[in-house]
Amino acid sequence: MSVKTLPLVFINLGGEMLYILDQRLRATSTSEDNSEKVMNDIVGTLFSKTFMDELLKPQQLYSHRTLKTVLTRLAHASIMRLNPASMDRLYELTIMAFKYQVFRCPRPKDLLLISYSHIDTIRELVKDTSVVVNQVDETHRKIIEVYSSLSEGEFQLLRQTLLIFFQDMHVRVSLFLKNQIQNPDGRFALPTSGPVPHGIVVPGLIRVFDSKGREVRRSEFPAGGSYSSPVREGSFELHGDRVISLGMNMYVLGGTVHSMFSLQQTYGTPNPLAKEELNLLACLIGSLKAENMPRAEYGFRINLFTTDQEEEEEADGTSDGAEESMFGVINIQAMQDEQSAAELARITGQFAEEEEQHENPSGNKGDDLLAMMDDL
Amino acid sequence: MYHKEKSIQIKNSASALYNNLSVLRIAPRRLTYFTVVHANVVNMVSASWDGLNYSHRQLQSKEPNVATSTSLIMQVAFCVLPSRDLLVVTSQKGIQIYESDGSIMVYWHALDTSDAPTAQAVFARGISAVWDNYICVGVSSGAILVFDVPSKGSNITLSEVLEEHKEPITDIASECSGSQECIADLVSADDGGNLCVWKSGKEFQLLNKIPGFDMSCSSVKLWKGIVVAGYGTGQIHLFEAVTGILHAEVNAHARWIYSLDIAPFSGLLLSAAEDSLVRVWHLTVTPETNSVEVAHLHNECVTDTQICGAKFCDGDGYAFAVTGYDLSEIIRYTQL
Repeated sequence: MSVKTLPLVFINLGGEMLYILDQRLRATSTSEDNSEKVMNDIVGTLFSKTFMDELLKPQQLYSHRTLKTVLTRLAHASIMRLNPASMDRLYELTIMAFKYQVFRCPRPKDLLLISYSHIDTIRELVKDTSVVVNQVDETHRKIIEVYSSLSEGEFQLLRQTLLIFFQDMHVRVSLFLKNQIQNPDGRFALPTSGPVPHGIVVPGLIRVFDSKGREVRRSEFPAGGSYSSPVREGSFELHGDRVISLGMNMYVLGGTVHSMFSLQQTYGTPNPLAKEELNLLACLIGSLKAENMPRAEYGFRINLFTTDQEEEEEADGTSDGAEESMFGVINIQAMQDEQSAAELARITGQFAEEEEQHENPSGNKGDDLLAMMDDL
Repeated sequence: MYHKEKSIQIKNSASALYNNLSVLRIAPRRLTYFTVVHANVVNMVSASWDGLNYSHRQLQSKEPNVATSTSLIMQVAFCVLPSRDLLVVTSQKGIQIYESDGSIMVYWHALDTSDAPTAQAVFARGISAVWDNYICVGVSSGAILVFDVPSKGSNITLSEVLEEHKEPITDIASECSGSQECIADLVSADDGGNLCVWKSGKEFQLLNKIPGFDMSCSSVKLWKGIVVAGYGTGQIHLFEAVTGILHAEVNAHARWIYSLDIAPFSGLLLSAAEDSLVRVWHLTVTPETNSVEVAHLHNECVTDTQICGAKFCDGDGYAFAVTGYDLSEIIRYTQL
């Protein structure tokens, strides 16, 4: 469907990811230096020109698998390490947050306001590092340039593409449940009250005209809700009041990132365009040059999600599927390449396997990717 | 006026697409078919009128003989012609036409992606049968493909390409198939809200163009020479098809309208939107005074659901069915 989803997907999912990481870094009293470094590294990578340029090329939306791989790589562009279980949960949280925003988006065009809200907060997170702020500003300008001219119909197509991507995901998030924006069954609340979106008229009126265009009669009907007039329109400029609250940081308002998960989702069947996606993935990863990688000789572990379940599991000694202990201390230089290459090798191995069932692959796609990874 | 009946469960949830429900009533067999799109799959349910038998079928959108080429489906609709009923599936790759029970694919038309600028999405959307033997399908370029359908067999041919719209087609509707004679028998709508009114034939004639107001017209119907159009502003406009005169404007919904339907024998109008509401209206057309009346009759709220399809199940509007995004059921309502 829409070929323009990726930049907005990454800005919004990346933004949600950063909100959560920021909250967790504060909650675990990570040093300011380390926190700043993590934020700068991730934001710097996400908003780098090469990364954004790749995303801006017209293309179909990735599969969940590929999207999660790239987001994992993004998170690991910093000195912070997340184990697979943490990454899985982080992904689910960010997806559900974005799904909520897209679902409740007042007008399709407001997807931009939501994206700009994310960019605003991201800018705040890195405000002390002017190099990164400049990157954010540059990217923001590019997004304004590319998306401002889209029609409402095109935005709705973009929104519909995203909604299909999020379909059937009903992971329950305790912050959402607490604020009653999500029901116990995982579905989001959709009130029939409140201000109507900008540009829409409150329902309830029927007007009849004569052949000269003069109104001859008007009558009212019960609209079945309690709607009010629209509020002012948000700003689509580089800086400004976005007005709608979707896309703002929910986690700073005292909400904790403590989630109950009920997994009820599938990531769909293997994407037959996996080869194309892997190529793009290689380009994206290739754009993360070696010199951007942190030189720190020590990393730090972050306790991303402490749930009762996890504490129990630690006590029991049962693991959540991870081969090592839940949160092991990891030496950056050694593990980074091995981990990334291993992960990608696993993924490319999977794709190569599935491809063979359908067509004759060149057989060395995985090798090329691994070779590239070794160069990083 | 209406009460809720037992829902029909479907295999997957409905996708957020315009007009995402199609209904075919087969009186001789006392059955009704329903189709709902889920990403790259069509869920088809055949429901017996006594409510005892339901059978399910799934169709995938793909080119014949190519294993991996599934693509996202934009719309599915039943096309009722005097000689036969067919099921049309439109997707990013092309157009498939099946026998109405989904058993056999009788025709495949691949979309030409070569001359579309790569920055734009390519897809087919907007389906309608018209007159005795035509099926019209819209495309993202704004073109409308007219297929000539023989009374049986698979010798369907592309008869004409209508190029009036410049924006992606959203919906197409017709009236007066078969016996009746109408001045205008087809209307097409696009993402800019522009409407084109046509007379079908060996060469289709453009009778009128009604300009939009930069807001998508997501669903359109034609009845007694009146175009009923639903927009992203939640409004419904009623125009006289041939002249373009605006008869009535209804501030119907608080969000984007996704589906309109008309029960032709009674003049009942159904509208459904992302605001979770379905509304039933009554249209009265008085040709002598050239006037149209719109009366509101009924509301149904599908809690916390953005509705994507709503259709009457019969020509009188005695019953209607509704689908919603992320909902794995077809909700039904019948008159008390």
